[in-house]
Amino acid sequence: MSAYAYIFVMAGVSYLIRALPMTLLRKPIKNRFIQSFLYYVPYVTLAVMTFPAILDATQSQWSGAAALIVGLVVAWLGADLFKTAVTCCAVVFLLELFLC
Amino acid sequence: MQTRKQIFLQGIKAGIPIGLGYFAVSFSLGILAKSIGLTPFQAALMSLLNNASAGEYMGLTMIAAQATLGEMALATLITNARYLLMSCAMSHRMDPRTPFIHRLLMSFDITDEIFGATIARPGYLSPWYMYGAMVPAIPGWTVGTALGTLAGSILPLRVVSAFSVALYGMFIAIFIPPARKEKPVACLVVLAFALSFAFSRLPVVSDLSDGTRTIILTVILAAGAAVLFPRKDEEEEAAS
Repeated sequence: MSAYAYIFVMAGVSYLIRALPMTLLRKPIKNRFIQSFLYYVPYVTLAVMTFPAILDATQSQWSGAAALIVGLVVAWLGADLFKTAVTCCAVVFLLELFLC
Repeated sequence: MQTRKQIFLQGIKAGIPIGLGYFAVSFSLGILAKSIGLTPFQAALMSLLNNASAGEYMGLTMIAAQATLGEMALATLITNARYLLMSCAMSHRMDPRTPFIHRLLMSFDITDEIFGATIARPGYLSPWYMYGAMVPAIPGWTVGTALGTLAGSILPLRVVSAFSVALYGMFIAIFIPPARKEKPVACLVVLAFALSFAFSRLPVVSDLSDGTRTIILTVILAAGAAVLFPRKDEEEEAAS
C-alpha cells in the first residue's frame, strides 16, 4: 500500500480526535469511567512503547538499557522533555564509545 | 488589555523552546522513518500533518508491519487518545464569542507541550497565543523529521544510534511526572513495562505486530485502572 494512504489516514484520524471535542463537545464528559480511561491511556501507551523497544533502538542493548534507566531518573528528578531526551542520547553516545 | 499582536508574540516566545525540543525528537523520528523506507518528503509530510510523537511512531511501526488502513486508523486513535481529552479540556475554556474557525485552527496543533503552554494561561484561551506557539513548533517538528530522514544515511552509525533514543526520552518525560505524583500511574507504568516485555517474548502474542500489542495492552491496563482507581475532577487534572 502507498505510504501516502497511510499518512493521510493517520492525519485524518489525528485531526478528528483533536477537532471533534473542540467543535462539538461544549459540555464536560460526565461518565467517570470514560474520563478515567482517557486520562490513563496516554501514560500506558507511552510506557508500553518505550520498553522493551528502547533496547533494540541502539547498537548495543546495554546502551539502550542505560539510556532508559538514566532517562527515568532524570525525569523523576524533574528534567523536562528536552533535557531528558538529550540526556538519553548522550548516555548512548558515551557508552557506545566503549561498547561498539 | 493586551493586543492580539502582543499575545501572538508571547506565544512565539513560549514556542521557541518547544520547537527546539521538537527538532531533536523529530530528528530521531526521521531516522526511524528512513529505516522503514519513507522518503524525506513523505516523513516531513507525515510530521506536518500529524504533530504527534507517539502517534507517528506507532504509525511507522504499522507501515513497517504493512497493516491495513483500518488497523492504522485504530492505532492512531488509541495512541492519540490523549488529545481527545486535551481537546475536551480546551473546549470548556474557550470564550463563547470566539468565532468557530478558531476552534478548527487551534485543533490542528493540540500537542502535549502546546496544550500545556496554552492552558496554563489564566482566563479564556487565546487563539493568538496558540498560533504564536505554533510558529516555531510546527517547523521545528517538520524540518527535524526531514533532516533525520536525510541524515540517517549520512551520519555515522554511532551518532544515529545515540539520536534514536531521543524519542523514548520524550516518552519518559511525559509519563514520569504523573507517575511521581500519583501511585496508580506509577503502578501502571511498572505493569506496562512488565507486560510489554512479556508480550514481546511469549509465544502467540509475540507474533502480533508491535502496534497491535500496544493497543491491546493499553486498552486492558487503562480500563483496569479506570475501574480500580476512578478519577475525580478531570477538568482540573487535565488543566494542570
